[in-house]
Amino acid sequence: MDRKELLELQKFATQIRIETVKQVGIRGFGHLGGALSIADALAVLYGKVMNIRPDDPKWADRDVMVCSKGHAGPAVYSTLALKGYFPMEMLETLNQPGTKLPSHCDRNLTPGVDMTTGSLGQGVSTALGMALAQKLDNKDSKTYLFIGDGECNEGQVWEGAMFAHQHKLGNLVAFVDDNGKQLDGYTKDVMDVGNIAAKFESFGWDATTIDGHDIEAIVDAIEAALKVTDKPSCIVLKTVKGKGVKDLEDMMLNHHVRIDDDFTNKGLAELEEVMAGIEKELANV
Amino acid sequence: MFKVIYNGEIEAKAHKDVFGNTLAELAAEDKDVVYLDADLMNSSGTYKFWKENPTRAINCGISEANMMGVAAGLSAMGKKPFAHTFGPFASRRCFDQVFLSIAYAKNNVRIYGSDAGVTAAFNGGTHMPFEDMALMRAIPHATVIDVADGVELAAVLKQSKDREGLTYIRSTRKNNYQIYDPSSEFEIGKGNIIRDGKDATIIACGIMVGESMKAADMLAEKGLDVRVVDMFTVKPVDAELVKKCAEETGAIVTAENHNIVGGLGDAVSAVLLEECPVPLKKVGVNDEFGQVGPQDYLQEVYGLTAENVAKTVEEIIASKG
Repeated sequence: MDRKELLELQKFATQIRIETVKQVGIRGFGHLGGALSIADALAVLYGKVMNIRPDDPKWADRDVMVCSKGHAGPAVYSTLALKGYFPMEMLETLNQPGTKLPSHCDRNLTPGVDMTTGSLGQGVSTALGMALAQKLDNKDSKTYLFIGDGECNEGQVWEGAMFAHQHKLGNLVAFVDDNGKQLDGYTKDVMDVGNIAAKFESFGWDATTIDGHDIEAIVDAIEAALKVTDKPSCIVLKTVKGKGVKDLEDMMLNHHVRIDDDFTNKGLAELEEVMAGIEKELANV
Repeated sequence: MFKVIYNGEIEAKAHKDVFGNTLAELAAEDKDVVYLDADLMNSSGTYKFWKENPTRAINCGISEANMMGVAAGLSAMGKKPFAHTFGPFASRRCFDQVFLSIAYAKNNVRIYGSDAGVTAAFNGGTHMPFEDMALMRAIPHATVIDVADGVELAAVLKQSKDREGLTYIRSTRKNNYQIYDPSSEFEIGKGNIIRDGKDATIIACGIMVGESMKAADMLAEKGLDVRVVDMFTVKPVDAELVKKCAEETGAIVTAENHNIVGGLGDAVSAVLLEECPVPLKKVGVNDEFGQVGPQDYLQEVYGLTAENVAKTVEEIIASKG
């Protein structure tokens, strides 16, 4: 990957963060922490990896993405709007009456959302069904899946881990957003999930752990995962919950937060500064 | 149209064989049909189908919650999944997955819950669903079916193939009384008057349809002329037919192999109370758990017999005055 492409993806990730903070800022509350932690992986998927048609969201041969940690909806919506699935103005409607952008992802409401999620663990199984359907139809398309580290408390995740191995779902790439926190605090204090990659590996998956905010590492890990075709792949993303907004990163309980205009504007200023740096570098490439 | 051939005899073919054969037929005719099971293929008449069609039959292992999600995902990509396990595991074990991943997400999945109610017999209370229809009825827009015999089972399986949303079908794996000629056709959502009468109506589903026909014969010997309805679609219940029976016969007895809380009796009584109040009595499991035993013994214990249905009909006719 050349420097320009890397910078473009970093720019996309920062745009996703900016739009996500704006969305939640307008409503005044939302699941901001776990949305910001997956922005970089979303940028790589939608900015480089996935074979999609934003003007034809239901295109039968597309790659699909299931965000099983459905509360990260705002980050997914930012990504989809920036890709042109729907107008940017729609982002202002997050959780407003009659909105097409609910807290948790809904495939029947939002163009580009491939599966309804929110009850944790369930997106794992639905993603497996989608990957299996692609395989039964001999398609080249892939299924990408986001699981939360806290979500790994759900037994259904591990039922699914067994199934994906048994049915050799080599077209499935799952990301575990290992931001180290769940609603009630650090995962190690609430329900320690231990070594996530080792667990998936023991279930027969190909598994690796990377810095979930390192665009190059994410690209490399996905490329490696796509070469594994006889078993599912798991990429554990070491991330920071609330990444990019200092006050949010420092907040202990940052799963669902109430934020005022000052908080929002301060966070946006930090992100705009990051963006300015990227733009400056891009101009010189 | 349907043709009733009830004569008090047990049907020749077990429902598990009907299920296996119908599934193979549907899979042959439609490339999108897939079948999922949770390690019960050898108990469900589908083991041969699995061995012959390893990609169309998906063994999910003993993971019902995951199976329902996988079925939902397959539907989202255009497949037509049929998922089977025993009734209790198809309903209460994975209710949230059925509710959200399938129904709320508007995926089209057919769930077959076998060993309905007392037909779980020797598997006992842990395996005996008296509440599966109540749970499924509580899911918005769900279709809930309890079949009377194998002819009806094959027909509703076929009809459900292209049906939108969640369709839950329950039945025995064994043999019921034969009710219908194999040429019969059915419409999901429409009840069948399988015996006409004017003094009262028995509205039944599942194994209680045969028991109700037997009850009607017993009552006829006492000079009572009783109508029997096979209300195999418990949701959406055929409200027009319920009203018609109430108006024409003036009293209703419901009969179901299920808890009287949340099942057919409640579905019928809701229609009656709002639309056409007439005396109603419910025959069914009276808010009890299941237990182990032969099916005929369990039917005695819970009052799921022709004798109890007949007695209840006599009481309600007497109460009409």
